[in-house]
Amino acid sequence: MTRTAIPMLRLLAVLLLGLGLATSAPALEQSKPAPNFTLKSAGGENVKLSELRGQVVLINFWASWCGPCRQEMPLLDALHQRYKSLGFTVLGVNVEQDPAKARQMLEDIPVSFPVLFDTRNQVSEAYQVDAMPSTVIVDRDGVVRYIHKGYVPGDENKYQAVVRKLIRE
Amino acid sequence: MRRLIVGLLLGSVTAAQAAVLPEDRADAMYHEYSGGGVTVNGPSILVRKKVGDNVSVVGNYYVDSVSSASIDVKLSASKYTERRTERTLGVDYLRGNAIMSLSYTNSVESDYDANTANVSISQDMFGDLTTVTLGFGRGWDTVGQSTDPSFKEPVDRRNYRLGLSQILTKNLILSLNYEAITDEGLLNNPYRSYRFYSGPSNDQFQLASENFKYPNTRTSGAARISLKYYLPWRGAVHGSYRYFSDTWGIQADTYEAGYTHTLDSGWVLDFKYRYYTQTKADFYADIFPREDAQNFMARDKELSTYQAQTVGFGVSYDFLRNGWGFLDRGSLNLDFDHMRFHYDNFRDATAAGYDAGQEPLYEFSANVTRAFISLWY
Amino acid sequence: MKRLIALAMLTATMTVLGGCGVKPWVKPYERAHLADPIMSWNRDPVAQAYIDHVYDAREGARGGLGASGGGCGCN
Repeated sequence: MTRTAIPMLRLLAVLLLGLGLATSAPALEQSKPAPNFTLKSAGGENVKLSELRGQVVLINFWASWCGPCRQEMPLLDALHQRYKSLGFTVLGVNVEQDPAKARQMLEDIPVSFPVLFDTRNQVSEAYQVDAMPSTVIVDRDGVVRYIHKGYVPGDENKYQAVVRKLIRE
Repeated sequence: MRRLIVGLLLGSVTAAQAAVLPEDRADAMYHEYSGGGVTVNGPSILVRKKVGDNVSVVGNYYVDSVSSASIDVKLSASKYTERRTERTLGVDYLRGNAIMSLSYTNSVESDYDANTANVSISQDMFGDLTTVTLGFGRGWDTVGQSTDPSFKEPVDRRNYRLGLSQILTKNLILSLNYEAITDEGLLNNPYRSYRFYSGPSNDQFQLASENFKYPNTRTSGAARISLKYYLPWRGAVHGSYRYFSDTWGIQADTYEAGYTHTLDSGWVLDFKYRYYTQTKADFYADIFPREDAQNFMARDKELSTYQAQTVGFGVSYDFLRNGWGFLDRGSLNLDFDHMRFHYDNFRDATAAGYDAGQEPLYEFSANVTRAFISLWY
Repeated sequence: MKRLIALAMLTATMTVLGGCGVKPWVKPYERAHLADPIMSWNRDPVAQAYIDHVYDAREGARGGLGASGGGCGCN
């Protein structure tokens, strides 16, 4: 009995230790300022988040190899077109180390909102992207107001509800 | 115990994150096996489509047209042709980060009916780095015999599957699979017989008049480990090992290794090598001392001690890289495998001029071809 | 064999119970390679099912072949 118990207890100890180490303070929190960043866009110019203060910003992290991301893109574009005149913009942040595939996908699924390339993944880390796609909505003061992980059809209505509320503030 | 595990898995499904259903696709394939005096060919058609957001439905239609003059047939019967039709319907249901799958397969030929039902549940965890799968299958077969229409014997099958797929690094993935299978019923082939020494000096043989000397149960376990590694030039290398053993005394090792290479122009090349080695069932012998030597006797070469090697090559071309209408992607594929079987204790009893039990050991080779088109929409 | 089953079941249980707190060491945005079709366990289901059937019909061994997982890990 003890021969199997000792390796089992060791396994349990490792698991519990892992649990303990895993609880670290998150950098991305609702009602806290959104981490600032500067990234190059598909058009070539640099885009800085703090310069968009005054607008409601929906930041969407996506990759060309992610099926739900592709599904979501046209719906985000529709959202962008609908509310941009009221002080709203979508920012698409592509997380791939090599932007070539992303550019190819944009040829197939063109969008009108700015697409940025986070090739070194520093922004993905700062925003604690742990699901693909990930969406963060930031209000006019640069404060994080909504975090959403993944995409299932219907989620675009949730984004729309949050955006409408924040635009009215 | 099993229900407890399934309960735990279902209970831990959270609504926040979700896994992804298989892609919609259609495949049409021509398959052909040719070797050892046997030719089997036919189509296999598969269609898969999402219905709503959480459900994916799949159907498969498969036909084997058999023309057989195998070593077993040549010994005791005459060349025959046969047609087997298999239809499968399956559904996958996505909920949270678990996928539940159900499928039903019906296979019909003139002397064998098989019905199989399968259910499995697949759960993603650890940030989707781990996938645990539990599966259960049940089969109901009816064995017939073409010369006797009233002959109908049942076979009951159950299988239990446990699988773990684990992402180790951003380039390496591991999978572990375990499957236990239990059969009960008429497990032998009604057309094959064992043989025993006969004649005044025991240099001849006779085929037994009936072959129904198999145990009527069989339980087996197979455990397999598989690794796949991504190479920087967009290639992949994989290797796997499977260990098998059962209550009939058979033990088998399967080793497989392969390499996939891609070219920017849309071509994908696959190279594969497989080595299989098996030791015989306890009640197997190429020739028995006399007709009633043991309670259980078999001469099926599938139960003998043998090795088989396969070398495979496949080529695929993506011909719809930018889509076309409602199609997202399409590929043309050709796979070719060459197999060689070498038996350690199964002899070619049709060879003339040999004393019984002294014939050369049997060996044969076979070619397997698959030509198919795949479309994604 | 029974020990192996028990160990596998136990690992699965502990994975379920202890899985909530462990942070993934491969981030979702690092899964480009794993999402590539060439890294899929079952890229061509129809062709794979067929060759599995060819082996199953001619060998004494059976089972242990199913695998699912890996991929893009989306959602």
